[in-house]
Amino acid sequence: MSVEHHAFHVTEHLPALAAVVPLIGAVAAALVRNGVAAWLVAVAVAWSLPVISILMLGQVEASGPISYALGGWAPPAGIEFRVDQANAYLAILVSVMAAVVLTGAPRSIADEIEPANRAWYYAVFLLCLCGLMGMIVTGDAFNVFVFMEISSLATYVLIAMGRDRRALLASYQYLIIGTVGATFYVIGVGLLLAMTGTLNLVDLAASLPEVEATRPLIAAAAFIVVGLGLKLALFPMHLWLPNAYAYAPSTASAFLASTATKVAVYLLLRFAFSVFGIDFMLANTPAGVMLMTLAALAMIAGSLSAIFQTNVKRMLAYSSVSQIGYIILGIAMVSETGLTGGISHLFNHALIKGCLFLAVASAVFATGAVRIEDMAGLGRTMPITMGAFVIAGLGLIGVPGTAGFVSKWYLIQGAAEQGMWWIVAVIVVSSLMAVVYVGRIVEVAWFRAPAQRAPREAPIELVAATVALAAAVLVFGLNTDFSAGVAADAARILIEGYAR
Amino acid sequence: MTDLVLPPGVILILAGLALPFVRHTARQILMIAAPLMVLLAVWALPDGTSLTLDYLGLTLEPVKVDALSRLFATVFALMAFAGGLFALNQQNARELAAAFVYAGSAIGVTLAGDLVTVFIFWEVMAIASTIVVWSGGPEARGSGLRYAAIHFLGGVFLMAGIAGVVAETGSTAFGPMEATSFPTILILAAFLINAGAPPLAAWLPDAYPRASWSGTVFLSAFTTKTAVYTLIRGYPGEEILIWIGLYMVFYGIVYAILENDMRRILAYSIVNQVGFMVCAVGIGTPLALNGAAGHAFAHIIYKALLLMSAGSVLYMTGKSKCTDLGGLFRTMPVSCICGIVGALAISAFPLTSGFVAKSMISDAAGAEKMVVVYFLLAAASAGVFLHAGIKFPWFVFFQKDSGLRPQDPPWNMRAAMIFCAVLCIGLGVWYSPFYAILPYPVDYVPYDASHVIFYLQLLLFSGLAFFLMLGALKRTLTITLDVDWFWRRGGRAIAEEFEFQWLRAYGVIVEGFWRKLRLVIEGLYVNYGPDGPWSRTRPSGAMALWVSLLLTGFLLFSYI
Repeated sequence: MSVEHHAFHVTEHLPALAAVVPLIGAVAAALVRNGVAAWLVAVAVAWSLPVISILMLGQVEASGPISYALGGWAPPAGIEFRVDQANAYLAILVSVMAAVVLTGAPRSIADEIEPANRAWYYAVFLLCLCGLMGMIVTGDAFNVFVFMEISSLATYVLIAMGRDRRALLASYQYLIIGTVGATFYVIGVGLLLAMTGTLNLVDLAASLPEVEATRPLIAAAAFIVVGLGLKLALFPMHLWLPNAYAYAPSTASAFLASTATKVAVYLLLRFAFSVFGIDFMLANTPAGVMLMTLAALAMIAGSLSAIFQTNVKRMLAYSSVSQIGYIILGIAMVSETGLTGGISHLFNHALIKGCLFLAVASAVFATGAVRIEDMAGLGRTMPITMGAFVIAGLGLIGVPGTAGFVSKWYLIQGAAEQGMWWIVAVIVVSSLMAVVYVGRIVEVAWFRAPAQRAPREAPIELVAATVALAAAVLVFGLNTDFSAGVAADAARILIEGYAR
Repeated sequence: MTDLVLPPGVILILAGLALPFVRHTARQILMIAAPLMVLLAVWALPDGTSLTLDYLGLTLEPVKVDALSRLFATVFALMAFAGGLFALNQQNARELAAAFVYAGSAIGVTLAGDLVTVFIFWEVMAIASTIVVWSGGPEARGSGLRYAAIHFLGGVFLMAGIAGVVAETGSTAFGPMEATSFPTILILAAFLINAGAPPLAAWLPDAYPRASWSGTVFLSAFTTKTAVYTLIRGYPGEEILIWIGLYMVFYGIVYAILENDMRRILAYSIVNQVGFMVCAVGIGTPLALNGAAGHAFAHIIYKALLLMSAGSVLYMTGKSKCTDLGGLFRTMPVSCICGIVGALAISAFPLTSGFVAKSMISDAAGAEKMVVVYFLLAAASAGVFLHAGIKFPWFVFFQKDSGLRPQDPPWNMRAAMIFCAVLCIGLGVWYSPFYAILPYPVDYVPYDASHVIFYLQLLLFSGLAFFLMLGALKRTLTITLDVDWFWRRGGRAIAEEFEFQWLRAYGVIVEGFWRKLRLVIEGLYVNYGPDGPWSRTRPSGAMALWVSLLLTGFLLFSYI
């Protein structure tokens, strides 16, 4: 194997850069030790990633999937980074969300975190981003595990930095449970390695038909699906999520809610469709029925819990549990329409939930409280932030003109195509519950008298980030070329499976 | 895009969104000018599709005009004008903006050529009208949330139904359908929810009277009448509608007669009037559909007039219970006379718009030899006169002297009322231009001897009945009735009053249902509330247990 030496073209190394740039950034942010300087580093790094991701999507659209041999070692022996429409789409989503959230973060972080820890916050944030981007671009099953651990460890730290003391318990619980999930995943990968002798995803997909339907393979699928189900907070394995989102620093909640679970969903898609192949999954495992049942339960139970919460961040967290149900539901339909719905909802929900959590971050900044009743009258004192909250809330309900409508439309369409009217009923009921839990907050914020003491004005950059996401919710509700268009491409690619 | 056309509804929506950003005179000018511009735009549009858009891989036709849609768009624009004129001194810009967006989206529905556009404007309507309800003040909170929940329920029904229709037929065109498949039944259910049909009619009298003095005027016009429009377009001749309509007619009358709050009387009366239209859609002949459309047109104007009259009283006195009012004719002559004109029109007195429209519906039933329907409608017409035609003006403006001496409201409110009153009479007297814009060619003469005499007899005798029974009617006025009170206790109270054994049983059942429901919600709270087992912080072991259970289940089902 010869390593050719030629001039270094940045555009040839985009997949590696996607993971390496945030890693270097994390080190740099840790070294500068100063909160403001670390923030500047983080923002610079975070905004370079969307550029990289968009360039990658451009290359994929132009000349097919990118296969990048890490360190010049050719796959399957070496580690391959492999990018197609599905993960390029996700890379754009994750990097843009990170960039927007980081841009809006500094004064909210200064408010919520001790001066000594601020630089660490940005370092850990970038480390988490590195893990997420790595999981997205890599084409190697074990490499996924490595990046998963990087992002998980970073996430535990991020959560523990919350100013509420319960953040420590939440972080600790997530650490235990997250480790269980990651271990399940790695056990599954180990079984796959034992059966096929390879860890490269494409190679795995090619060798699996030879060992089809053997018991270790089914066990591998079981461990991987359940392990990833835990990471993506599929009901009833969501119990770690509400506390994690509720007690993490506000901007960390916004980032995690819009990216971390989404990457786990991507991995589930990748394994179910590309590696095992959907025919294998449906013929030999109960994954289809199980995911659909759990998704439906998530949509109802998550919304029910959301309705009764008194802490607004916990309310949003439970709403995430139910929205993840929508995403999994679309995937479990195993049709192009359903999958398009699921993948575009993944995108749209990230925008919506990011916007809602950022709006809450502003509210927390202004009032210092996270209880719903403390938001009374905020519509009058911070109309822009709460206006954005209303727009994103409408997106959560799925009102036409918002991004949420587009994905819900595809989901209902997919269910109708297969004549699964009970699914439509579940979507209907869950949407109505969303009306109630969103309506509650809108009513409190806009139609009640403000509390006595005047709240602080939220920092401009936080408001700007919130508004940008709210605008995106509207834009992607009206123009579906990117959100649904690329999602449809990704769905097609996933259904076709890997073809080398 | 075939041509650069801004849908008329969108013009009104944009104007509404602009309202909070302009002040005083500029706002007032905008409120008057925008609806008139929309009216011009509606009439400037040629028949057929003038705009197409691509969305979600579907081709939408946001602007498609025919006689039926033009009729409804016209009356909605007129209503936005009259409502805007009436509401000029409303200080709450949020309510005004919501009301205009609401009106604009109603016009959007009537001009929509495809189901997806219908759905989009439908949802905007639901949101905007919820804001109008909420603007009524703190008492409107609960009603507003219930109102929103019911309308979003209708919205998701509609969306699911449309998705099903598109999946089945591949077409989004909005034309006549039959409620035979699951998706079309869902769409019908969604339309009926907005029409205020049973079993979910209670949102209407629950929410409308809670809105402000000006908000109710807007609310009365759009939601139920867009539903009538969509029923005419989508389900003409669907037989079940006849019986649903008749139920609504009598539901409205019974509850309106028992009611004490003047605006709630008129809210029940909306259900009653929409019942006539729904029934006509069910009959489905061209005469009946003309009747439904014409009645909707006439009804919007006279019901707005009645609610303006009630709104003026509320605006000037702050009171809305019949028992607190009375004798206001002395000092509020304009409100009183306009209220009486509206009352006559709703009762279908000859020479009013109600007469020329509603008699078509009865005659359509007669022409189809639907004897039962014909007589029930005739009986209902008498009931309308009782509850809205006499009861409203009598208890508010005459009856005893309440001691209140309010003046007539400001000029713009008087002007809005006079505008509507003139329309009510004008349409009744010069009915041929009105008939000319109905969706089907009209071959009908309202003023022949049999019609006129029949209606006059009906009205005079029911008028006589009202004053004979005045004592009995007064007695109910001492109770403040509430919708959920009716659901829970009403049946039993009526049963005890009149010793209806079966009704008593009904009351017990209903009460049992509410007790059960409360238990269910409490149970949900216990389980899902912040401290419930599904929401409180769980030990990590619980999660590990779930994970291992799922893994076991997965493997078990794979191997067997």
